[in-house]
Amino acid sequence: MPAPKKPKLAVWKFSSCDGCQLQLLCCEDELLQVADAVEIAYFLEATRAQVRGPYDISLVEGSVSTPEEAERIRKIRRQSKILISIGACATAGGIQALRNFKDVDGFINAVYAHPEYIETLATSTAIRDHVDIDFELRGCPIDKGQLLEALSALLNGRRPNVPTHSQCVECKLMGTVCVMVAHGTPCMGPVTQAGCGNLCPSFNRGCYNCFGPKETPNTASLSAWFAKLGMDQRSIKHFYRSFNTNAPAFRRESEAHDKT
Amino acid sequence: MTANKSEALGTFVIAPSELGSLISALREDGYEVIGPKLADGAIVHEPLESADDLPVGYDDEQEGGTYRVAKNGANTYFDYVVGPHSWKRYLFPPDQQLCQMRRQGKTFRLIETKQEIPRYAFFGVRSCDLHAMQVQDKVFDNGEFADPGYMERRKAAFVVVVNCLRPAATCFCASMDTGPRATGGYDLALTELASKGRHEFLVEVGSSRGEEIFAKVSGRPATEADQSAPETASAKAANAMKREMVPDVQALLKRNLEHRRWDDVAKRCLTCANCTLVCPTCFCTTVEDYTDLTGSTAERRRRWDSCFTMDFSYVHGGSVRRETYARYRQWMTHKLSSWFDQFDVSGCVGCGRCITWCPVGIDITEEARAIRDSEGSR
Ligand code: SF4
Ligand code: SF4
Ligand code: SF4
Repeated sequence: MPAPKKPKLAVWKFSSCDGCQLQLLCCEDELLQVADAVEIAYFLEATRAQVRGPYDISLVEGSVSTPEEAERIRKIRRQSKILISIGACATAGGIQALRNFKDVDGFINAVYAHPEYIETLATSTAIRDHVDIDFELRGCPIDKGQLLEALSALLNGRRPNVPTHSQCVECKLMGTVCVMVAHGTPCMGPVTQAGCGNLCPSFNRGCYNCFGPKETPNTASLSAWFAKLGMDQRSIKHFYRSFNTNAPAFRRESEAHDKT
Repeated sequence: MTANKSEALGTFVIAPSELGSLISALREDGYEVIGPKLADGAIVHEPLESADDLPVGYDDEQEGGTYRVAKNGANTYFDYVVGPHSWKRYLFPPDQQLCQMRRQGKTFRLIETKQEIPRYAFFGVRSCDLHAMQVQDKVFDNGEFADPGYMERRKAAFVVVVNCLRPAATCFCASMDTGPRATGGYDLALTELASKGRHEFLVEVGSSRGEEIFAKVSGRPATEADQSAPETASAKAANAMKREMVPDVQALLKRNLEHRRWDDVAKRCLTCANCTLVCPTCFCTTVEDYTDLTGSTAERRRRWDSCFTMDFSYVHGGSVRRETYARYRQWMTHKLSSWFDQFDVSGCVGCGRCITWCPVGIDITEEARAIRDSEGSR
């Protein structure tokens, strides 16, 4: 009996820093298991070998910020049975989506010696804004545990355990003392999706919202509390303007504090 | 676990230095002693090796959404009250493996996870938290759907109560009839006697197990004057309590399920779940199945969940409680009202943790009062 065919995995890059793909390479111990369980058909950061599509699973890193990317993501979608966008760029537009709030031509003229060589879109947007996706992994960068969990779930035909609840739940499961209540440190945890493994609060830092808005985020209420803790409007605005600035809930909240 | 109302098996007075002997006696008897420790700017519950681990001379200041500990210059051991952790962390762990499965050819083998039953000695349990344990006993020790791991850990646990001498601003145990003094259900109960140059502890022995351990500690029998100390101190603490739950809250909430206050609190509530996770009686969990990449092993885990998450009420077609008001209402009416129908007791013991540790300071007593006040004089 021939061995069952292994699912073909492809890893694609759009506008991004490669940090999320790197999480797959960082899997170290488990990487061999991944390579055993799937055929790595396209993953330029790891191998130059390329196998043609279609692909069973496509992991898509990065945002869509050029006309070429807007075209390419459609092709990839057509060739992929399951498409998972990974990381803050792919799921929200990334830090580069800060340009969405201003005039992109102004940036191009200020930054590049030859603006005429630059072909770009006015906005940096999530993969979801261009094609249907099957699942997403949040984070800047994504958490390798969640990546392995999503792959294990897919390969075994079960639901991935990737909760969309608040970062606060992670704090409480681990017994971390709340930095906002006990120290007065502003923390994005109550509006941020869990998943990082509770990195910042367990080092006495407030959460920076790397994993984007949680389900049903009440940003207005949290911002009002930030103001009580002494944050000014500008700092509140900037708190929402980071890796997930173009996620609708965070974009709206930052704009509500944009008086300048 | 000891009977609810204990026959006092003796009342003694010990010197503060004897707290160390008590901790040693428990450790020598094989208990893992868990008690108050200062960490990350809070009084948390962690393993204690000796009395040197106890925070001496600390007060806590608590308000809605705010908690601070500060040195108060005194030499007293127990001026602070309840902190971010509750004892349920130990009796009802946040994340537990239930079983494993291993693939064997075309079938699989089920391996039930053996539950760990450490012998804990909880040192410094406050009266509200002791009542919270008794509330969780009703949840987990209920015949058909009992949780054997919880029951065994609870039965093995030795409870050293500390009676509260001052409340935090968020405490309201007096109005819930759960404190500030513990009247039974403990192995030993301590009351710190510190005034006018005096510094001693009154020890009430509540069980034969407590008697055996206390035999290794040196003290003298309490005088009649000593014996009235816990009652006096507790009355003082009760009088100093700033918050209270409105009376008849069970019926009040039942007749106000469509009150506009639910929309009001929904504007403030973050649905972050902190209140449920710090609450010493909340018991909800979710069960998750995991596999490895190759599908050769699988495991089933149980972890704390909360009625504030969307997944919690997810059924085919979506979540039942999508709106924030519905989630807050579910939580508050369960704690204060439907818990009585289900378990014959209040789900709230008035510890105030949900008030302090709510990131935006939502106050369960204030929410109840707002609904009551809207009714006017009925
Ligand atoms: S530290 Fe931040 S994430 Fe953790 S419980 Fe507090 S507010 Fe939530
Ligand atoms: S509902 Fe709040 S005050 Fe009542 S027992 Fe739970 S945490 Fe304590
Ligand atoms: S009441 Fe407070 S702690 Fe509870 S879910 Fe709402 S915001 Fe979070």
